[in-house]
Amino acid sequence: MLAAATAAAFTGAAWAQETLKIGLLATLEGPFAAPGQDSMRGADLALKQKNGMAGGKKVEFIKASSDATPDKAVAATRKLVEQDHTPIVIGPLSGDEGIAVKNYAKTQPNTTFVNGSSGAQAATWGDPAPNFYRFNTEGAQWMVGLGEHALAKGYKRTFLIAEDYGFPYSQVQGFMASYCAKGGKVVDKAWVPLGTKDYSSVIARIPKDVDALLVVLGGSDAVNFLTQYEQAGGNKPMIGGSITVDQTVLNYKGKRRESLLGTASAGPMADSIDTAEWKKFVADYKANFKDGFPSPSLFAYLYYINTKATLDALDAVKGDLSNGQKAYRDALQKTNFKGPAGIVKIDENRNGVGTTYITEVAKAPDGSFYNKVVKVVPDITQTLGLPKEQFMKMGLGSRDVPDCRN
Amino acid sequence: MSAAQWRNAMNSGAASARPAPLATPVAEPLAHGELPSWLQRLGRHIGVRHVVVLLALLLYPAVANSFFTFQIGAQSLALGLVALSLTFLGGYGGMVSLAQMTVAGLAGYLVAIFGSSSLAAISLGWPWWLAVAFAIVLATLFATAVGWLSVRTEGIYTIMITLAIGVAFFYLAQQNYTLFNGFQGFNKIFPPKVLGIDFRAATPFYYLTLACALAGYFFVKLLVRAPFGVALQGVRDNPRRMHSLGFNVTAHRVAAYAVAGLLAAVGGVLLVWYNNRISPGSMNTGAMINILVIAVLGGMNRPIGAFVGALVFVLLQNFAIDLVSRERFNLVIGGVFLAIVLFSPNGLVGIWTQLRARLGARKAIHTPRRQQ
Repeated sequence: MLAAATAAAFTGAAWAQETLKIGLLATLEGPFAAPGQDSMRGADLALKQKNGMAGGKKVEFIKASSDATPDKAVAATRKLVEQDHTPIVIGPLSGDEGIAVKNYAKTQPNTTFVNGSSGAQAATWGDPAPNFYRFNTEGAQWMVGLGEHALAKGYKRTFLIAEDYGFPYSQVQGFMASYCAKGGKVVDKAWVPLGTKDYSSVIARIPKDVDALLVVLGGSDAVNFLTQYEQAGGNKPMIGGSITVDQTVLNYKGKRRESLLGTASAGPMADSIDTAEWKKFVADYKANFKDGFPSPSLFAYLYYINTKATLDALDAVKGDLSNGQKAYRDALQKTNFKGPAGIVKIDENRNGVGTTYITEVAKAPDGSFYNKVVKVVPDITQTLGLPKEQFMKMGLGSRDVPDCRN
Repeated sequence: MSAAQWRNAMNSGAASARPAPLATPVAEPLAHGELPSWLQRLGRHIGVRHVVVLLALLLYPAVANSFFTFQIGAQSLALGLVALSLTFLGGYGGMVSLAQMTVAGLAGYLVAIFGSSSLAAISLGWPWWLAVAFAIVLATLFATAVGWLSVRTEGIYTIMITLAIGVAFFYLAQQNYTLFNGFQGFNKIFPPKVLGIDFRAATPFYYLTLACALAGYFFVKLLVRAPFGVALQGVRDNPRRMHSLGFNVTAHRVAAYAVAGLLAAVGGVLLVWYNNRISPGSMNTGAMINILVIAVLGGMNRPIGAFVGALVFVLLQNFAIDLVSRERFNLVIGGVFLAIVLFSPNGLVGIWTQLRARLGARKAIHTPRRQQ
């Protein structure tokens, strides 16, 4: 075992002259295994579009896996950096993993880390690592503009149901930042543990006089909540988070399915973006991955833009990673290209400044449901459109920040 | 089957499944008349292989890169220490507790709560030595309490009750925000700098874990030959007889839990320094069972088994992904575990003893018999 491992390490070193190795980390195990696979497809697609070359060298991905826990993400990253000696690492997938990898990045100044799809604010805000880059926007940015949209629909008082961890905190903050400033109220908040099966006590708490529910749950949690809310006879309209109203929820077969129509949500992409770049991206994805999803997932898209930025910058410096990767990092900082869903560029904290799509659930002619783009909000910064001082005064999103109750 | 019959069946089963500790020279020199000093006895037991292994462990960071030193070496030693606590409890005390990772996790949490972390609102910011001392003492007390609760049960019931305690603590940590900070736990828990040595660096941290692991290993080695350890093995093999001989069976078992708790707590402090963070996921059911897997993989009847098991476990976790397709590497891990458990009930150390026995038997045929 040990011998095999060291042998692998030596042969790896001998190859380094001809090929450039880039570490690629996603979750191939655990609750996010399916999204993890799709994120690998996104990264592979970006490399395929360049015929496997960047900066004049053949690029080889060394793939690594975590199970969405920060410990495992750091262990896998450490193996890529210290054992496989990859000068660049792309990943990880989930929020808390991103914070852990950022903290590890500080101990490895000679390696460049590019985020995969982690959407935790703290990965780049507050205490950033100088060698950690995130070309996508994060969880709070994805919800900017949804607050105004909710107010325009007449939802002045809402009740919040969200999972109790970092990503929903960020999403809720992104929603509230503008919603509360313009007079909206979130009258009460129900934070439920990830993977909650029974929502009856939460549903009993929903006041009668709210206009809508803000539901920031993902996957099976969202489906469980919807089913139980329907059984309890609930009829309030919903506003969803970025991963709440995805295909798993839209395909849900309950009686209340029709009432999902018009549910607003927001995110960094949408299935129905009507631009040539997006259509080409979807066509390329479908052509390359017969075993993939009907349309690229959020994770495939985020890994795609981060990988594309990584490879384009290698082209810009002709593969020169000398001098502590200084020229390469300057090129990364200057990244500015038109991605499938808007301009990809970063700010001085190396965090994405990008576009958010406000969508509503609509019915296609064939009877299936999809998210229709109703509004495009470009150039969203990490301070959510607020001046920096005002954002810092509010602080990062948590259970009680911002409050917005009264 | 009555309770007494069941207990007898469990005891005789346990005794026949575990012949090695009695077969080794451990039991023989313990006739109560001759009790030479510990050092003398230690000297008699040190062979060439011990010196070789010790030298290899000491020189390891000089030949290995930082990845092998830290992620393979230090992690194996720290996990091995937690597994050693289970080997002691299970192999010598006959009590399989799943809560050893919980004890380790509690020690880690207490280091974060008493010491410093990124969460200034909860962490008290005590000096590291005070935080570590309190963490180890409190976690050991917790382990003693777990023992006190579970010693009245045997076999599968001990496993169930310790599993229940572990899962309960996992949910407590996940849902309590005032003390454990819920799902996210604590970040930025760094090992200290002492006398200018930064234990965050790979090599110093490796030596720190090595020192703790060696201390734990020899502690267990000595303890199982001490009157307490021998009495504990007696309790394991026949509690009724020990009781009639005047030994307090319950007290011995609870004390074994306390000793195991101490080992697990030290391992837990090392693990939290290794990860720089702790969250409920660090001690969920998966992590609890990993400790059992490590102990069984290495072999429960020798203290060294815990460390051998941990090394193989960590190597598999890190390198299985390089051997087969990226999506299927967990199959290799599972396959190796299955093969080892299937072919050697006493784990990897059991394979080693079998090989030695076989080679030794062959040698005995070819060479004239030697008397010592």
